[in-house]
Amino acid sequence: MHGIVKTFPGVRALDTVQFKLRHGEVHSLMGENGAGKSTLIKVLTGVYRHEEGTILLNGKPISPRTPLEAQEQGISTVYQEVNLFPELSVAENIFIGREPKKFGLINWRKIIKKAREAMLRINIDIDVTLPARSYSVAIQQMITIARSIDFDAKILVLDEPTSSLDTAEVSQLFNVIRCLRDQGFGIVFVSHFLDQVYEISDRISVLRNGQFIGEYPISELPRMKLISKMIGKDALNTSDLTQHHKSRKNISNNQKIVLNGEHIGRRNSATDIDINIRKGEVVGLAGLLGSGRTEVANLLFGIDSIETGKITVNDKEVKSHSPRSAIKNKIAYTPENRKDAGIIPDLSIRENIILALQAHKGWIQPIRRNEQQRLSKHFIKALNIATTDAEKPISQLSGGNQQKVILARWLAIQPELLMLDEPTRGIDIGAKAEIEKLIADLCQKGMALLFISSELEEIVRDSHRVIVLKDRKKVGEISGDEIQLDRIMKIIASDSKKPVKKLINA
Amino acid sequence: MLDAIKKLIWPIAALVFLLVINAISNPALFSLKIVDGQLTGSLVDILDRAAPVLLISLGMTLVIATAGIDLSVGSVMSISGAVAAVLLIQTDWALPYVLIVSLLICTMAGIWNGILIAYIGIQPIVATLILMVAGRGIAQLVSDGQIITIPEGSTFAFIGSGCFLGLPVTITISVIAIITTITIVRYTSLGLFIEAIGGNEKASYYSGLNVRTIRIFVYTFTAFCAGIAGIIYAADITAADSNNAGLYLELDAILAVVIGGTSLMGGRFNIVGTIIGVLIIQTLNTTILMTQVGGHNIPAEWNLIIKSIVVLIVCLLQSNILAHLKFSRRAIA
Repeated sequence: MHGIVKTFPGVRALDTVQFKLRHGEVHSLMGENGAGKSTLIKVLTGVYRHEEGTILLNGKPISPRTPLEAQEQGISTVYQEVNLFPELSVAENIFIGREPKKFGLINWRKIIKKAREAMLRINIDIDVTLPARSYSVAIQQMITIARSIDFDAKILVLDEPTSSLDTAEVSQLFNVIRCLRDQGFGIVFVSHFLDQVYEISDRISVLRNGQFIGEYPISELPRMKLISKMIGKDALNTSDLTQHHKSRKNISNNQKIVLNGEHIGRRNSATDIDINIRKGEVVGLAGLLGSGRTEVANLLFGIDSIETGKITVNDKEVKSHSPRSAIKNKIAYTPENRKDAGIIPDLSIRENIILALQAHKGWIQPIRRNEQQRLSKHFIKALNIATTDAEKPISQLSGGNQQKVILARWLAIQPELLMLDEPTRGIDIGAKAEIEKLIADLCQKGMALLFISSELEEIVRDSHRVIVLKDRKKVGEISGDEIQLDRIMKIIASDSKKPVKKLINA
Repeated sequence: MLDAIKKLIWPIAALVFLLVINAISNPALFSLKIVDGQLTGSLVDILDRAAPVLLISLGMTLVIATAGIDLSVGSVMSISGAVAAVLLIQTDWALPYVLIVSLLICTMAGIWNGILIAYIGIQPIVATLILMVAGRGIAQLVSDGQIITIPEGSTFAFIGSGCFLGLPVTITISVIAIITTITIVRYTSLGLFIEAIGGNEKASYYSGLNVRTIRIFVYTFTAFCAGIAGIIYAADITAADSNNAGLYLELDAILAVVIGGTSLMGGRFNIVGTIIGVLIIQTLNTTILMTQVGGHNIPAEWNLIIKSIVVLIVCLLQSNILAHLKFSRRAIA
C-alpha cells in the first residue's frame, strides 16, 4: 500500500500512509487510538475507499470496493468480535453463502468434508457438525479464521483477535497464526497487548495521527522506542515539559482517604488492584487500551461487583455494589463512552443535568422546576456550556458540550470522589483545556478525583499520583516528581513477567 | 411544550377531519339529547365506548416510553371481569371488596410481567405474550368456561352503564384515570425516569436510577388500568365473557399510543397525544358504522381495513415523510 490518503469530513484520517506486507510474515500495525490503524485496515479490506495512493497485490494494482471483493482478491479479515451464527454447525458457518451444490441441492457430505479439511489446515481437529456455540471463544475465532482462509486468501487481517481470549487460548491462536505464516500467508496483526505483539510479530509498522512513522523489524525496535513512536514524544525530552506543574504535586499523607480498594478484582475484569484516593488528590490511571483502566472504574462504581478484595469509602466497607449505592456514598463517574452510557439524547440539557440528583432524591420528591432551572443555568455558566437554551435536547450539542453536561450531572450531586474515564476523548482542544482546568479547580476545593486518560501527557500534567496498569493488573505506582512520561512508559514497556518491585526501583 | 404541540398537529387534524366527514355525511352524529337527565348522542357514545381502550392506553404509553410493550392487557381485562363476576355471583361479598380483589389480582399479573422483564431479562414482547395466552386461560378457568351473566340493574352494572353528573359513569372514570396518570408522571419525577430509561437505559442505570423497579412499576400500572377496563367492560355487557373480553384491545391501545406520538423506540411520551389517539380510533369505529354511502351503511366487514388505512395515513403524516418529500422537491426546483 502506497501513499494512501483517506479523509473524513474535517479530518485527514490517513495522510500518505504506506504499508508493506511480505509473504510468510506476521506484521503488526501499531498506534494509539485514532492513529489510523482501523482506517487503514478498512481501506485494505474494502470497507472504505481511499482517495489517493495505490494498493498492489503481488505487483498488480487492486482497489477493492467491498469486503466481498477484497475477499475474492485474497484479503480476509477476522474481527475482534466473533461473527458466527452460534446455532449453525461449524461446517455451515464455514460455507455459509457459498455452499457447494449438486443438482441444485446442497451437497452436505462435501461441505462436511471440506470444512474438516479447512480446520485441519490450521491444525484444529474438531467435530464440524456440532453447532458453533458448543466451542470456546478461541475455537470460534479459529473457525472464523478457517472460514476466511478457505477463500484462497493470501492476506489475513487479524483485528484485536486476542481481546477476549485467556492465556492458553492466546497461545493456541498463535500456533494457528504461525502455522499459516509458514504456509506463506501475509498476516496483519493488530493488538493492544504489547507482550503479544512482541511474541508473534516479525515486523512492526507504526502509525500516529494518520501518518506513517516507520517500519521496523521486531529486533530493532525495543518496547520503549515503540511506545515513544506511538505516542510521539521523545521519552527523554519530556521531563521538563511537566516541571511547572510539580508545585501542586504534594498531597500530604494526612489527608483523609476517601476511597480505598484492597486487592479488588473480578473474573474477566481487572485483578488484584490496590488503590486509594485521598481528599483533594488527583489519581491518574495510566495504561494502554485494554490495560484495565475502565474495568477498575467499573469495579469502584459498582457497575461490576467485585469478587475479591474489599472497597471502603470513608472507612466504611461497601457491601452492596451498584451505581445507586456508589452515588449514596457520594461517588460520581463519567463513563468513557458518552453516547452509550452518558447522554440521554431525547432529554433536554436541564433534564440531563438533574437526572442523577433526582435519582438520588427519589421519585416522590421532584426537584422544583425553578430549582431545576437555577441548577442548569448555574452549570451552563460555570462549565461554559455553549447553548442558548437549557431546554434544547442534549443531542444537539457538540461532543465537548455534551461531556460538560454529563460533568454537570455529577457535580450536581456534590460528590466527594469524581471518577472521569476519558473525559477529553473526542472533544476539541478548547474544551479539553477547560476540562483539565476544571479538574485542577475541583481538587483544589477538596474533591478527590480519579482520572483516566489514554493521553499520557494529560495524566502527567494533572495527577498527584499515577497508578500504571497493564494487562488488567497494577504494575506500578508513582507520585510527585516521579510522574514523568518516560517513567510511565518505562513501566508499561517492561516485560510483565518480571516482578513489579524491581520495575519501580529500576 | 411547543414541540409537543407540533407533534400533535397531525393527530388533531385527523380527528377534526373525521368529525367533519361525519358532520357532512351524517349530521345525526352531532345531535345531543337529554333523556332521563342523561346526555345522550353519538359523541357521548364515543367517549363512553372509548373508556376501556383509554384506560389501557394510559398504561401502555408508559410501557412504550420505556421501550417496552405489553401484549397481555386484553387478557388481564378478561381476568378482572371473570374474577369480579364469579365473586359477585358465588359469594355475598360487598361490591367494594369484589372490585379490590379483582384489581389486586390484575396488579399481581402486572408485577409478574415486570419481574419477567426486569429481573429475568425476557424481552417485553415475549414476556407479555406469555400472559396474553395464559391470562385468557386463567379467566376461562375462573369462569369455568362459561359466560357468567350479572343481573342488570345491580350496582355493578351501574359502573358500565350508569349515569353520573348527566354523563355515563365511564366518562367520569376516564377523566379520573387521566388526571391520576398525569399527576403521577408529571408531578413526581417518575415521568422523567421513565423517559430516561427509554432514552438510554445504560446511562440511566449509571446515573443511579432504579431501572428494575421503574420497569416493574409501568407494567403493574398498566395491568391495574387493564383491570379497571375489564370491570367496565363486564359491567357494560353485564356479563363476563372470558373468550371475548378485551380481545385485540392491546392492538388498539398500541395504535393509540403510536398515533399519539410516543415512539416504540422509547423515550419521550405524550399522554395528551395518546388520548387523541384513542379518540381517533373510537371515532373511526363509530364513523364506519354510521356513515352512509349511497343510502347504505358501509358493510361491517370493511371496518378493520378502513381503520388500518386511516392509522397508516396518520403514522405517515407524523413520521415527516411527507415533509421530507416536499422539502426535497423544493430543493430540486
